[in-house]
Amino acid sequence: MDRLRVLKIISDGLSRGKKPEDMEKLVRELWKTNMRHPDSSEIINKDIISHFVLRLVYCRTEDLRKWFLSMETALFRYRFRLESPEAQRALMAKFDLPCKAVSSAEFENVSDKLNEVARSIAPFAQSTLTADAIFYKVPFEEVPELIAGRRVYIHKGYAYVAMNQVVSLVVTQFRSILSKALILTSRKWTSTIREQEKDRLTPIVEALCTSYLGPDYSQPKEFGEISVKDLDQISKSSFPLCMRHLFDKLREDHHLKHGGRMQLGLFLKGVGLKLEDALAFWKAEFSQKVGAERFDKEYAYSIRHNYGREGKRTDYTPYSCQKIISLTPGVGDHHGCPYRHFSDENLRAALDRMGVGSRAVEDVMDKVRNRHYQLACTLTFEAVHNSQCDAGINHPNQYFSDSQKILQSKNNAAA
Amino acid sequence: MTIEEAENGRDDMLIDGPDRANSIPDGFNANYLKVYYGRLFPHVDIFKWMCYGNDGKHPACDKSYFGRREFSFTLDNDIYLRFQSFNSASELESSIREKCPFKIDIGPVYSVDPAKRHAYAQGGDNVFAPVERELVFDIDITDYDDVRYCCSGADVCLECWPLMTVAIKVIDTALRESAVVREIVNLISEFIDNGGLLDDFGFNHILWVYSGRRGVHCWVCDGKARRLTNEQRGAIADYFRVYKGNENSNKKVSLMGPLHPFLGRSYNEVLRAFFEGNLLSSQNILSTEERYEKILSMIPDESVTSELRGKWQGRSSNSKEDINVHRWGQLKHMLQSGKHKVQGLHRCVEEIVFTFTYPRLDMEVSKHMNHLLKAPFCVHPKTGRVCIPIDPENCEEFDPTTVPTLSELLQELNTGGIGADADDDDIHFSCNIDTNAMLLIAEWDKTSLGKSVRFFRSSFLQPLLKSCKEEMETSYNAKLQQTKNNLSW
Repeated sequence: MDRLRVLKIISDGLSRGKKPEDMEKLVRELWKTNMRHPDSSEIINKDIISHFVLRLVYCRTEDLRKWFLSMETALFRYRFRLESPEAQRALMAKFDLPCKAVSSAEFENVSDKLNEVARSIAPFAQSTLTADAIFYKVPFEEVPELIAGRRVYIHKGYAYVAMNQVVSLVVTQFRSILSKALILTSRKWTSTIREQEKDRLTPIVEALCTSYLGPDYSQPKEFGEISVKDLDQISKSSFPLCMRHLFDKLREDHHLKHGGRMQLGLFLKGVGLKLEDALAFWKAEFSQKVGAERFDKEYAYSIRHNYGREGKRTDYTPYSCQKIISLTPGVGDHHGCPYRHFSDENLRAALDRMGVGSRAVEDVMDKVRNRHYQLACTLTFEAVHNSQCDAGINHPNQYFSDSQKILQSKNNAAA
Repeated sequence: MTIEEAENGRDDMLIDGPDRANSIPDGFNANYLKVYYGRLFPHVDIFKWMCYGNDGKHPACDKSYFGRREFSFTLDNDIYLRFQSFNSASELESSIREKCPFKIDIGPVYSVDPAKRHAYAQGGDNVFAPVERELVFDIDITDYDDVRYCCSGADVCLECWPLMTVAIKVIDTALRESAVVREIVNLISEFIDNGGLLDDFGFNHILWVYSGRRGVHCWVCDGKARRLTNEQRGAIADYFRVYKGNENSNKKVSLMGPLHPFLGRSYNEVLRAFFEGNLLSSQNILSTEERYEKILSMIPDESVTSELRGKWQGRSSNSKEDINVHRWGQLKHMLQSGKHKVQGLHRCVEEIVFTFTYPRLDMEVSKHMNHLLKAPFCVHPKTGRVCIPIDPENCEEFDPTTVPTLSELLQELNTGGIGADADDDDIHFSCNIDTNAMLLIAEWDKTSLGKSVRFFRSSFLQPLLKSCKEEMETSYNAKLQQTKNNLSW
């Protein structure tokens, strides 16, 4: 249970967009406070047992595995960073990593490039690399996150990884091992353990994980159906900025690119727009731009697809804040999280249109500067509704349902 | 005469009217396409490619490999047929001929035959999953709409096409282990290794294809590339991504500090020269107020922008120099002269050049194994142009407006080829891939498609199959060795 608490707080920290340094501090403290044991020799046992118990709990579905995998990986990452270089090297040797240290002759050859990379990562650090700097040569596939951030020099398929970046390599390895193990455990669970432990473990395992995952908003519940004619009104009163922006753009341009159609479309599904209404709504807009015939041919399919009526027939879930923040909208796109992707000026203008007062705007901008996008959204919610939102905003559909609740209670009070 | 009759009329004259053949009108229709698939489309080459050597006699061949590849057809009236799979070249060919798809897409290789995926799905244990897929890139000129003034949307002309050329150069260099380099390396082996050579990812088998209308596709086919996970694909796509943001955010390119070697190389070797020598004047980037204001908005320093604005306002420069070049010179001078010590201001020049010229990838296509991509040698239904390969080494010479169209090709067929050079010596030199199949047809040889098919074979398919064979041999021997070792235990 203590470990689960640690993972849960890590998850919150990550979704708030905390910086690595803050996370490192957070993990250190969490670990200290939660994973204590009166008997110091038992600490390591507690670590091991809690890890394996949770493996069992979180192996059972794709979503659970995904969550557990990314949180344990994050935990591992920061614990690794806290270790001494010697301990790090010992661990690397144990993992038998596909890398080799760069010889000094080779280092000479590429030192210009390595310096260029180092400067591009940290432009204000003046130091240049010296010959005793330790670099590892690794097949680039092993360090995807360093490649993605352009944080390494790559040449002929090999990445040159500095000692302080090695964590990325180790983490990738850890993650893939854990991922495989989880799938195996899952198979075992369904094939044998579940039956054998029907009376003992199974109820515990099944209860443990549900307590900590938020709802996915795939089924609209509280407010029943929303019809097309209400959309305009509720978009103004209860849509979070990301959805309101998409909605307004759709009304304006009568078109949205794929990312926007997905983000808004699934949100509207979560809000309670039925498939027939969704089709009518999108068609009314798109046909003004591309004609009704092209809409039927090219776009209707993907809307039915979202509702699980085509292709794989999965009922897709609306995007969460975490997902939206991680998106990368390009030219002509309007999806993504406005707090993250808008420029200062545009965000101010947008907040103003939502009716956020100038003092509150400054508070929001402050959160944005510190990359607390969900907090910024929470503050916006509070300013617009003039009431507290203690839980914070984690999902656009949560924003919507919280907003509706407040509006309804206000209506009731007025009546 | 109704339209249908008119089409039938054309059909007749296509088959038995060489005297009237010169009047084949432009356009695209199912009848033309039938002839194209029947007589010109290089079925066998596509098959050979997609087999990656697994159609040979070597004991290490995986006979099921080709049959697990998804093909997807788009028929007339936008009917999609997904998860098509075939067991041989002739099955592929006859299905294409029979269904006459307007578009053929190539998907991943799955763990099991995609046509039978439902049978496996009932097993529950999710065995139907993509296992291999070329690393692909899709670059589309529509994504450049905010920086080109000549066309917009799906249109493309010779003024903006060079943006694609630049994209090919930048991406291709980064992906490829260039042939010259490889030779040198082979000669003096480790010595030259890491000598500041260009290539990043070290791939060898890269195919660039014109998408038929407004962009280019890139297929990276090395074994290593085909087996990348989604996460690794995403990482490579991100490595190439500089351009973020859209009209909602001011700056689309934000370069913090000095450039990463890859970006620095792209800038110094391709982007800067292209921007200053070509794009600046051809797109008239600084000619009008509206346009130069756009550039000024990318400079975060008020004093610099107002000074430049003052110089440019209401005056049409009377120097002989091109107005865009002249103004760019002034801007560069202002930003780089060192007069302005404001942090990051000297990055502005680079940021502007990157904004206007750096390749813009459609990220989603590259990130996921199960994304479909149009097959080479398809015909684009809107333009009628064939999706022919582009030679990255001579990509400047590629002209999208002279790519053979369906009707031109049929006309060439009807008049018996492109004239005298039909009996040129080099025409049959490349037929050694699969002699039996090739001797029968090679009708494309008589048309302007011949050049493209020959290029596809000689510079892509043959080297690819050669290294597939080698790879197979090595891994087979390694396995043999392993079993031997195990036996001796």
